Amino acid sequence: MIRYLRCFTGILSRELLRFVQQRGRFFAALVRPLVWLFIFAAGFRSILGVSIQPPYETYILYEVYITPGLSAMILLFAGMQSSLSMVYDREMGSMRVLLVSPFPRWYLLTAKLFSGVVVACLQVYVFLAIAWFWEIRPPLAGYLAVFPALLLSGLMLGALGLLLSSLIRQLENFAGVMNFVIFPMFFASSALYPLWRIRESSYALYLVCAFNPFTYAVELIRFSLYLRPNPEALAITAAWTALFLALALFGYNPQRGFVAATGKGE
Amino acid sequence: MADALTVENLSYAYTRRGRALDGVSMEVPEGSFTALLGPNGAGKTTLMALVTRLFEAREGTIRVCGLDLRRSSTAALARMGVVFQRPTLDLDLSVAQNLDYAAALHGLGRAETRRRTEEVLERLEMTAFRRRRVRTLSGGERRRIELARALLHTPRLLVLDEPTVGLDIESRRAIVEHVHRLCREDGVAVLWTTHLIDEIREGDRVVVLHRGRVRARGTLTELLRHTGADGLGEAFRRLTEERS
Repeated sequence: MIRYLRCFTGILSRELLRFVQQRGRFFAALVRPLVWLFIFAAGFRSILGVSIQPPYETYILYEVYITPGLSAMILLFAGMQSSLSMVYDREMGSMRVLLVSPFPRWYLLTAKLFSGVVVACLQVYVFLAIAWFWEIRPPLAGYLAVFPALLLSGLMLGALGLLLSSLIRQLENFAGVMNFVIFPMFFASSALYPLWRIRESSYALYLVCAFNPFTYAVELIRFSLYLRPNPEALAITAAWTALFLALALFGYNPQRGFVAATGKGE
Repeated sequence: MADALTVENLSYAYTRRGRALDGVSMEVPEGSFTALLGPNGAGKTTLMALVTRLFEAREGTIRVCGLDLRRSSTAALARMGVVFQRPTLDLDLSVAQNLDYAAALHGLGRAETRRRTEEVLERLEMTAFRRRRVRTLSGGERRRIELARALLHTPRLLVLDEPTVGLDIESRRAIVEHVHRLCREDGVAVLWTTHLIDEIREGDRVVVLHRGRVRARGTLTELLRHTGADGLGEAFRRLTEERS
């Protein structure tokens, strides 16, 4: 058991070290949501009013509404970044170092996934700290309560990234992921607009948003940040996490997976 | 005593059209230096991927120190050190940080990691490079660090997939010498894949792989006798030209 713990600690330390070494990556991850918060939300504040709806108990500014969505956006990009680095590592060969270690492959991949999510959660907390100075101030206990929600949402998006990395043949194909996964997932969700508003404009788009796993990650983060339970979002996020993770582990199975079937892992 | 590595009737196909490996059988005895010699496209890297369990073979068996790689993969991999064809060090981390990571991936504790790191770096004359960032090292130095990393958990079988690719003559010579010394002095069994015959020394065992099949295996002397050639170069040419 202690060997498993040492292995996990080693993988986590490496992710944290890489995070510290690559400061540019950290700032890039932070600038994206801050641009949305400072520019997009400020501009839309006067156009988009958000009426009282759970978990909020009063009228709120648009910046307050999109902050949970932007937190989830950081996790989404981190998950996809991790997927990109897995494809890169596989092409460059460093993924092999992980895969030939004497632990079950499911454990190694889950440990790598979990470590990446911990780093992404740190980025979210830095973002929330900056947002606090922008008058976005959820209850203090909310910062603690949101951690499990961030972790679960991060795992779901990271597992999706892991699954995609097992399917993507070459690094060049990653641009497609940006176009077909990240942007549709983010825009067709409740991150920027409440679902009831989307339903008013287009019922078809509402259905897409209601099916989008990212919507439930956003809502789970939103409700946790304001100390309100949301069992539906929790259950759906957990279910998608389990599904993505199972498919990703299948994808990396040396005998049956997509990687072995195509020889991409070689 | 069981061989460090036994491969029996191993076959593998990426597509239905053809087999990358077809009924490969070979062994690496304890403490021996076995060179897997084959031209480009012979199936060496596929064999390496199967031996290190990056892929899993559907046909045939692989045993590491008597342990079936499919049934006891974690125990088998714990006895194996691997140096891949492409460099796999993290360039932004220091030598020590790279070794710490590798040690953790083998479940080594802090004290053991420190002790083994000192030992392997000293063994490969790389102690002075401990704190250096990998990015600042030359190709040959990086290769030696990768070798040190593969030895960290004291494996009984060392698997190296064309480890001298891209190195200059002097660095190649140094790596070949280091690995032969490990084999001779520490009793580590070595499986070394290459297409360069000058990396093979007298006393080494040789397995010639061509188009996914083993064409010949044995000691250098046996190989020369089998082919009737004067030297390994000639023997290799005859073995890879026949039936091609």
